[in-house]
Amino acid sequence: MELGFTTAAYVVAAVLFILSLGGLSGQESAKRAVWYGIVGMFIAVVATLIGPGQGLWLLSLLLIAGGAAVGYQLATKVEMTQMPELVAGMHALVGLAAVFIGYNAHIMIGYVDGHLAENGAALGGAIVDGQWVQSVDKAVLEPLSAFGQLIAKKTAVEITILQIELVLGIWIGAVTFTGSYVAWGKLSGKVDSSATKLPGGHILNAAAAGASVVLAIIYFSSGSLLSLILLTLLALFIGWHLIMGIGGADMPVVVSMLNSYSGWAAAAIGFSLGNDLLIVVGALVGSSGAILSYIMCKAMNRSFVSVILGGFGGPAGEQMAVEGEQIAIEADGVATALNEADSVIIIPGYGMAVAQAQQGVAELTRKLRAAGKEVRFAIHPVAGRLPGHMNVLLAEAKVPYDIVLEMDEINDDFPDTDVAIVIGSNDIVNPAAQDDPNSPIAGMPVLECWKAKQVFVSKRGQGTGYSGIENPLFFKDNTRMFYGDAKASIDKLLPMID
Amino acid sequence: MKIGTPKETFAGERRVAMTPDSATALQKLGHTCVVETGAGSEAGFADADYAAAGVEVVKTAAALWKAADVVAKVRAPDATEMKRLREGQTLISFFSPVADEAKMQSAAKKGATVVAMEMIPRISRAQKMDALSSMANIAGYRAVIEAGNNFGRFFTGQITAAGKVPPAKVLVVGAGVAGLAAIGTSTSLGAITYAFDVRPEVAEQVESMGAEFVYLDFEEEQQDGSSSGGYASVSSPEFREAQLAKFRELAPEVDIVITTALIPNREAPELWTEDMVASMKPGSVIVDLAAEKGGNCKLTVADEKIVTENGVTIIGYTDFPSRMATQSSSLYATNIRHLMTDLTPEKDGVIDHNMEDDVIRGATIAHAQEVTFPPPPPKVAAIAAAPKKEAAKELTPEEKRAAETAAFKAQTKNQVTLLAIGGALILLAGLYTPASFMQHFIVFVLSVFIGFQVIWGVAHSLHTPLMAVTNAISSIVILGALIQIGSTSGVITFLSIFGVFMASINIFGGFLVTRRMLAMFQKS
Repeated sequence: MELGFTTAAYVVAAVLFILSLGGLSGQESAKRAVWYGIVGMFIAVVATLIGPGQGLWLLSLLLIAGGAAVGYQLATKVEMTQMPELVAGMHALVGLAAVFIGYNAHIMIGYVDGHLAENGAALGGAIVDGQWVQSVDKAVLEPLSAFGQLIAKKTAVEITILQIELVLGIWIGAVTFTGSYVAWGKLSGKVDSSATKLPGGHILNAAAAGASVVLAIIYFSSGSLLSLILLTLLALFIGWHLIMGIGGADMPVVVSMLNSYSGWAAAAIGFSLGNDLLIVVGALVGSSGAILSYIMCKAMNRSFVSVILGGFGGPAGEQMAVEGEQIAIEADGVATALNEADSVIIIPGYGMAVAQAQQGVAELTRKLRAAGKEVRFAIHPVAGRLPGHMNVLLAEAKVPYDIVLEMDEINDDFPDTDVAIVIGSNDIVNPAAQDDPNSPIAGMPVLECWKAKQVFVSKRGQGTGYSGIENPLFFKDNTRMFYGDAKASIDKLLPMID
Repeated sequence: MKIGTPKETFAGERRVAMTPDSATALQKLGHTCVVETGAGSEAGFADADYAAAGVEVVKTAAALWKAADVVAKVRAPDATEMKRLREGQTLISFFSPVADEAKMQSAAKKGATVVAMEMIPRISRAQKMDALSSMANIAGYRAVIEAGNNFGRFFTGQITAAGKVPPAKVLVVGAGVAGLAAIGTSTSLGAITYAFDVRPEVAEQVESMGAEFVYLDFEEEQQDGSSSGGYASVSSPEFREAQLAKFRELAPEVDIVITTALIPNREAPELWTEDMVASMKPGSVIVDLAAEKGGNCKLTVADEKIVTENGVTIIGYTDFPSRMATQSSSLYATNIRHLMTDLTPEKDGVIDHNMEDDVIRGATIAHAQEVTFPPPPPKVAAIAAAPKKEAAKELTPEEKRAAETAAFKAQTKNQVTLLAIGGALILLAGLYTPASFMQHFIVFVLSVFIGFQVIWGVAHSLHTPLMAVTNAISSIVILGALIQIGSTSGVITFLSIFGVFMASINIFGGFLVTRRMLAMFQKS
C-alpha cells in the first residue's frame, strides 16, 4: 500500500483520538468517546500493518493477539479499587516499549551507516557549498527497510537531531518505566508508601540528570552504545528514586505525571521515526497528563515542582496545637442521627477504597433515599489515589452520578446539612488548611464538613492521615468518631437504618 | 487525693456533688472518694450505692471535712462549713465571688483554694465543666413542667369528639441555655411557642428549636442609630419601651410566660409588668426563673407560688434543678469530674493546680492565701468574641469593573508574554534546524495545543477514565515497534517483538477498563 494511504489513515486516527479525549467532557458522551478511541487505534494499527515497510505482519498479528489476551485478563479481573495500580503498571509497559524502540533506532543508524559505507556512500552525506547534502542512489536504498531509507536520506544535522530525539525517547521512557513500576508497587502496597530517599536526596537526582546530559553529548559526538546504555541506567535510577521520594498522598499527581511522561516519550519516538501520528498522540497524552497534574496540584494548593521533587515544603512555623478530645460514638448513635436527619452529605476518601466499603455506602444511600432523605456525595479533587478515583468506585456501586458532586458545587451547602459522614478521608476535610497559616496544607481548599450540624468520622483509629498532620476536625464539638474498618462500620450501621 | 462530698446543708437542697458513677470515674484518676452518710439520699443515691462504688462513707460532716483534701459540693459553704475549711484544702462549689465576698476573703486568709463553678469561663474547651449551663438546661425544662402542672389545659391543640381544644401559647423571654431548653420542651409538648431575646442573633437558634422569634419594630432605628455594634444601645430606654410595648401586645394572648432574663451580677430586669399580668387570661401561668435575683416580674415571690386576683399563677421557685435532684446531681457530678480531670493531668491522683490554665485560673477565686478574683481575661477568646475575619467588602459596580479590567489586562499581558516567548523559541529552533524537523515540530506544537484545549473540558468525575484512555492511546508507540519489526537485524526484530506485545497489552487493557468504568456511570 502507498505511503499516501497510510498518512491519510493516520489523519483519520488522529482526529478520532482528539474526539475521544474531547468526548470525556460528559458521562453520556464519554461512552461514545471511548469507541472513537478504539476505532482510531484500530485504523492506526491496520494502516501500519498493511503500509510500507512492514514485514512480519503475521508475527505482529500473533503478538497483538497475545497482548490482547493478557490485556483482557488484566482489565476484566481487576477490582475497581485496584484501578490506580493497574493504570500505573500499564504506564510502565509504554515506557519500556519506548526504550526498546529508541534502542532499535540506534541500532538502525549503525546498520544504515555500515550499509552505506559498503556501497560507497556516507551516513549524513557531505558538505556542498557550506550546506549538508545527502544523495544516495535508489539502488543502494532498495534493500533497506522504510525506516532505514529514512535514515539514509538524512543529512548529518538531521542525524544529530535524530539522535537527540531517540535519546530523549529512551530517557523519558526509562524514567516512566521505573517510576511507574515504583508507583504501582506503592499503590498496591508492595512497596512502603511513605517518602523514602537515599542520602543526598534531590542532589542525587540532579547529579544523575547532569551526568545524563554529559553522556548524551558523548553519544551525539561518538555514537557509542556504551554511553547510551549508561544513560539509560541513569534514567532508570532517576525514575525509581524520584517516585520513591514521593509520599502516598501525592500519588494522584504522580500517576497523572507519569501518564504525561509516557505521552512525551511516545512523541519523542514519533520524532525519531518521523511518524506524525505518534507525535500527535504523544503530544495529546503528554499535555493531558500535564494538565491533570496541574489540576491536582491546584486542588491541593501545592506547587507542581515541590510535589515532583517530593514531599512537603517544611512548615513555616509552629503549628497550632489541637485542643479537646476525640469523642467516640457507636453505630446506634450514628443510626439515630441518620434516621432523624433530613439531609446527609457523605465524604468518601481513600479509606473507603481500602476497606472496599463502597457497596455498603451505596446500600446506605439507597436506604436513606428511600426514606425520603436528601443524600449527596462530596468529592474532593484529590480524594483517593487517582484523579476521579471516588467517582469510579461510587459508580461501580451504582450510586447515581447526579448526586455525586464536586467540592465547589457542594461546599456552600454544609451549613444547611444535618449530618456529614466522613468515610476514610482526612486531609481533604482538615480545617487547619483554612485556620492555621503554619499548617503544611495551609491554603489547600478543603470540604467544609464541620459546618454541618453533626459530623461523623469513620476511621480506623486515632492516627493521622497520609500527610501525618493532626486534624482539628476530629476534636470539634459537633464531631463524633466512629472507629473501625469502614466496611465493618457501615455493615453494622445498615440494619439500624429504617 | 481524697475527694469528699458532704450532705448539702442548705434547706431544701436535694442535689449532691458526687454520684456513684462519678466516683468511679474519679477513682480512675487515682483519687479516693468519701461521702457523708445520707449525702445522696435526697437525690436517689443510697449510701450502699456509694459503698458499692468503692466510696468511703463517714458518719458526720465534721469527719468528712477533716478527711477530704478536696471538698466538692453544690451550694456555697455556710458559716459552719467555712469554719471547717482548712489550709491546703480545695473547695469546689457554686460560690459567688460578689455575693459571698466575705467568705472568699476568709477562705483566702486560711490558705484554702476555692474553685467557683459559676466562674468557669465559657469557652468551648470548658463546656464539659460548665455547671451553670447544665443546671440552666434542667431549670428550663422543669419550668415548662411546673407551668404545665399549674395550667389547666393541654399544651397541644386537639380536636376530639368532646370538642375542640386550642393549643397553649407559650412565651419564653430570654433565649439563653434555660430559655432554649424551655423552648424545646414546650414545642415538643405541642404548644405554640414564641421567644424573645435582646440579642437578635439568637433568632436562628430559637427558630431551630421550633419556636417563633418575636421581632421588635425597633430594629431599623437601632441599626441607624449606632455604629458601635449596638449592644450598649440595646438596653436604652427607647429599646426597653419597644420591648415592653411588644409584651403588652402579647400578654392577653399567651397562656404561659417563662422569663429567664438575667444579667450577671445585677438585679434581674423587670420585663413583665403588673399591668401585663393584669391583662392575662385567668388560669395563665408565669414561671419566673429569675426569682432569685428579684424576678423579671415584680409580683414574683421567691420560692413561692402565688395566685393573683385575676387568677394568674406566678411561680417563683428558685430550686428547679434541686427538684430534679437525680438528673441534676448526675450532670453536676459529671461537671465536677471533668474539672477534676483537668486538675489531675497525669491521672495519678496528684492535683496540679495549674494557674496558667485558662479554665482553672478563671474558676479559682482563692489560692495560696490570696484572693484571685477577678481573673485576667482568658488567653483563648470566648466563642462569640472577636469575629475571625472581616467580611469581604462589598464592591461597588465601578470597583468591580475596574477589578475586572485589571484582571483582563493582566491576563492579556500574561498570554501575550507567553506567546512571545514561545514564538521566539520556535523561531530560534527554526533557524538552526532543518526543514524536515520543523514539519514534524509544527504537528507537535499544534497537537499540544489541541490537547490543552480539549482536556480542560473533561469532567472531573471522568478523570480516571481519561487517564485510562490516554494510557490506552499512549500505546500508539506500537506503531514504532510495528514499523521496526520487519527489520533485517535480529536484535531489532527481537526488541520490536517485545514492544508490540507490551503495547498491545496496554491497548486492550486500557480500552477495556475504560469501557468498564464508563458503563458504571449511570443516572438515577
